[in-house]
Amino acid sequence: MATAATNWLGQSIERVEDAALLTGRGRFIDDLGVRPGTLYAAILRSPHAHAAIRAIRADAAKALPGVAAVVTGAEVRALSSSLAVGVKAPIECWPIAVDRVRYVGEPVAVAVAADRYLAEDALDLIEVDYEPLPAVIDPLAALDPASPMLHEGLRSNIASDRSFRYGDPERAFAEAARKVSVSVRYPRNSCTPIETYGLVAEYDPSEDAYDVTANFMGPFSLHPVMARALKVPGNRLRLRTPPDSGGSFGVKQGIFPYIVLIGVAARAAGRPVKWIEDRLEHLTASVSATNRVTKLDAAVDADGRIRALAYDQIEDVGAHIRAPEPATLYRMHGNLTGAYDIKNLSVRNRVVLTNKTPTGLNRGFGGPQMYYPLERLVQRIAIELSLDPVEVIRRNLVPAEAFPFETASGGLLDSGDYARAIEGAVVDGGLAELRARRDEARRQGRLYGIGFATVVEPSVSNMGYITTVLSPEERRRAGPKNGAQATATIALDPGGAVSVHVASVPQGQGHRTVAAQIVADALGLDPKNIRVIADFDSARDAWSIASGNYSSRFAAAVGGAVHLAAIRLKTRLARVAATQLNVQPGEIEFASGRVRARGNPDNALPFNRVAATSHWSPGSVPDDAQALRETVFWTAPELTPPTDADEINSSLCHGFIFDFCGVEIDRVTAAVRVDKYVTMHDCGRVLHPAMVAGQITGGFAQALGAALYEEYAYSPDGNFLAGTFADYLLPTTNEVPTPLLLRIETPSPFTPLGAKGVGEGNCMSTPVCIANAVADALGANALDLPLTPSKLAAFVHGKEKDRPSSAGTQAAKGARALHGEGETKVSASPEQVWAMLLDVDTLATIIPGAHAVEKVSDKKFRADVTIGVGPVKGRYRAEIKLSDLDPPRAVSLSGSATGALGFGSGKGRITLSPEGSGTRISYGYDAEIGGKIAAIGGRLLDGAARMIIRQFFAALARRAGRAAQSGFFARIRLLFRRRP
Amino acid sequence: MPRLSADARHRIRARINGRAIEAEAEPRMLLTDFLRHVLGLTGTHIGCEHGVCGACTVEIDGRLARACLTLAPQIEGSEIRTVEGLAPSPDRLSVLQEAFRRHHALQCGFCTAGILVSLDHYLARTPDPSESEIREFLGGHLCRCTGYVPIVAAALNAAKKLREAKPHA
Repeated sequence: MATAATNWLGQSIERVEDAALLTGRGRFIDDLGVRPGTLYAAILRSPHAHAAIRAIRADAAKALPGVAAVVTGAEVRALSSSLAVGVKAPIECWPIAVDRVRYVGEPVAVAVAADRYLAEDALDLIEVDYEPLPAVIDPLAALDPASPMLHEGLRSNIASDRSFRYGDPERAFAEAARKVSVSVRYPRNSCTPIETYGLVAEYDPSEDAYDVTANFMGPFSLHPVMARALKVPGNRLRLRTPPDSGGSFGVKQGIFPYIVLIGVAARAAGRPVKWIEDRLEHLTASVSATNRVTKLDAAVDADGRIRALAYDQIEDVGAHIRAPEPATLYRMHGNLTGAYDIKNLSVRNRVVLTNKTPTGLNRGFGGPQMYYPLERLVQRIAIELSLDPVEVIRRNLVPAEAFPFETASGGLLDSGDYARAIEGAVVDGGLAELRARRDEARRQGRLYGIGFATVVEPSVSNMGYITTVLSPEERRRAGPKNGAQATATIALDPGGAVSVHVASVPQGQGHRTVAAQIVADALGLDPKNIRVIADFDSARDAWSIASGNYSSRFAAAVGGAVHLAAIRLKTRLARVAATQLNVQPGEIEFASGRVRARGNPDNALPFNRVAATSHWSPGSVPDDAQALRETVFWTAPELTPPTDADEINSSLCHGFIFDFCGVEIDRVTAAVRVDKYVTMHDCGRVLHPAMVAGQITGGFAQALGAALYEEYAYSPDGNFLAGTFADYLLPTTNEVPTPLLLRIETPSPFTPLGAKGVGEGNCMSTPVCIANAVADALGANALDLPLTPSKLAAFVHGKEKDRPSSAGTQAAKGARALHGEGETKVSASPEQVWAMLLDVDTLATIIPGAHAVEKVSDKKFRADVTIGVGPVKGRYRAEIKLSDLDPPRAVSLSGSATGALGFGSGKGRITLSPEGSGTRISYGYDAEIGGKIAAIGGRLLDGAARMIIRQFFAALARRAGRAAQSGFFARIRLLFRRRP
Repeated sequence: MPRLSADARHRIRARINGRAIEAEAEPRMLLTDFLRHVLGLTGTHIGCEHGVCGACTVEIDGRLARACLTLAPQIEGSEIRTVEGLAPSPDRLSVLQEAFRRHHALQCGFCTAGILVSLDHYLARTPDPSESEIREFLGGHLCRCTGYVPIVAAALNAAKKLREAKPHA
């Protein structure tokens, strides 16, 4: 049997997926029909970062026509069990709050109704009594044993603390000429697919089985986690995925707790239940990349050679260690030394819990957080030793002849020629011209900088790397974990047509097209004639824990499995054909849709006829040559479990990236403009160049967002502040430049096709490359992302007020979200004003948006008010208490308001002093606002609060004026003024 | 516009992609839900429901609109175009759609519907746009997969092809 020349791989053929997607015929989760009787869920979420739930009253919601069920923590606890967590500790992780909320957006109740509108109506009728608890947001604060504890089972907020040592780092630091350090707070962000989470769940009591269709992306190691939580064996959780999914970038791993939650809701309701997440829910509470605080030291020789690295990483996973965390921290463990030949390494990894949304997969998964300090450090080394940054990079690279290269921490870098890639980028990317451009810009007084980043991009995760978080002793007890089974099935039908199934759960990456190219090349067919199915059904398809769409595993692992399955079929078909063509199987070749004798193309059969033989005439085919359907499971032997010395080859493939860029910072606005961006990639053999380019430009755009705009920001008290796409800013066509893409190819010796992953690299390289350029432009040392104008203005114009951050801020404890003060003058005496402030009827007319004010006691009022903040108008129940009464000079007010859109509380003091015939009223207030209103109206809150308070006093002044003046003209004036 | 009762369903008549439709909706129903779940036109996608991402963009009486910020009753008597109405026939793609396929200007295809509707509208009125004009125009659409580079290329290429097809326009 001979292999015909490769035809299709390496070509950018049009995608088989596109015609349907371009004409509105995609089949995304919300496009699929549902069974008659399907109900719709809406989720009530916590407005508090940390609070005890004292009571949930849902009777009114349940009584609403169309509402079938309201599910709370109590029902979920009764019908399921806690999700397994990744560290050995007696803590629970439920998909809904049980007795306590630990982050803003945590599910508190699920309303299930005939449609989504009714389900949301029901949420407005659920009353929850919260007792707020102190929250911890900053990961460094979470290290403090005195910080508010999230999970008592841990006895602190530190979920894991492990130290690693490879080589002799202490000696290297003692002997090195210099020690260079960086400290980094990497922020929270997310790749926010444009399609949100969605699923339909059904429970069959007669078989005690769940059937769920969800836009989950894997890894399917979470399938046993979900089945266990639902208290059924794996074969009773049938999990399917729709044919299309609107992007994921890791994020749709995070739907898995909702599969459990809505599964339970379907069981409680006795009907199928559908849930589609909305954007506010997604931004607030779906999942986020981890934020991390890193201190990284290097022991450096005078010539810039790095002798040792010492990492101290504090990983913030949010309020729960939800599976597969703390994987973000360990995915890079085998390549912590990046592209460099560094023999000595020490690492301290701590995982902390804070009152923020639990974290999970996100494009780059651990790479952005690790490469940011590493590549900032390399720039610092160059600056501190007065060397060219490219020269420091070159002097430390793993040499081309050293591959496969074993890293200090046990990674096995499969192939590469890093020096050649860098030379190619420097020359073809025009580094010399860029430097001249920088010099010219600087001569003109502009702020221009150049940055570099060098990254080893891991792909095809070893499913065992996460066990590096356990001690060798714990690992021995748990049994070895390693490998990554990729699967592919190829079937021949009775007409000889070829079908392929892969369990790679694509979310837009074109897997169906590439799988067809691979099979076409192996069998000498046109890809158009091969049908590839990529939607997934755990009950019918070949799959394993590594199945799914993550760690850039498709081209290298799944594509490899497809190739191996095709070759197996081809070997059998060659034997079938050899009999019919009277030649040896080794003489058979497959080309142009025919199976023929090599050297004698006329001695040939149509492929279809050979391929159909085992269906129509199995008796003429030897048993071991029956060619009907082949399923291949493939895992690489290089993916071994962690050793007792904690060495781990965390990924099978390691691509290489070298980026450089030129940026200019506006001297007035401090905004960053990326002037030129060059990105050199070696991702092994390229199967479809346009798709590789699409992965790079797409990852680059996301990384640009992470570098300059995006942050899941929290206030110091734990309110989420980025609940809309007007707060969480994604780059648009106007911000994303066209990068120059360059490439070399060093095929991986470890994968069947020589391909490596390429999807995530720029999320690792681009943020730090841009930061290095900004640092170069500003002469800045400490720089944390995102590099917003307000942050950079500190360097351009001097320090400004801090913006809220997810990475932790040093804001004073107890800092209030809003505060203000003001004064106004009214033409009534202090006594008159005093009487008005204590009078229910007056208050009802001067409180903005008040529907009714009720006097509960002399010093206590209750009001029903409608308040609008920006686009969000809501009704709130307010309680106001008066204290420290000093009539008619001063009074303190404290109050709170709660409603479906959130809550607020505040206090203030009003002072009245006589001035002429009237009164000067001075006031000051502090207020905290939380819940949806903070997430979506955050930018507007300060202004809105000021306006509402001004309106109050303006109304008071008018009212007082009327009381004081009774003249005809004054009354006419008032009449006109009161008309809006 | 007639007064509508909040708790009743109201009959809505419009023309969508050249066909008359008639269906019922509550006054509070969003046009996105009406198109997708009442009429079965699931090509219009929902990405944010606050008017920023652009995935739900449709044409209403010759003007681009966010279907997620439009209530279903507002289209009474209107002429609507959605992504389903762009191709000349079920087995053919429009020039713009073909350009998108050729340039790999989509990956997951979720934001694509809105971008196609917007560009179709734009290119009909602006036959010879510059790259910066296209970038400015597309600033109202978010795409998370492509980095926009192939989308801009496809739009420029489609504009060129459309000009070539209509030399006298």
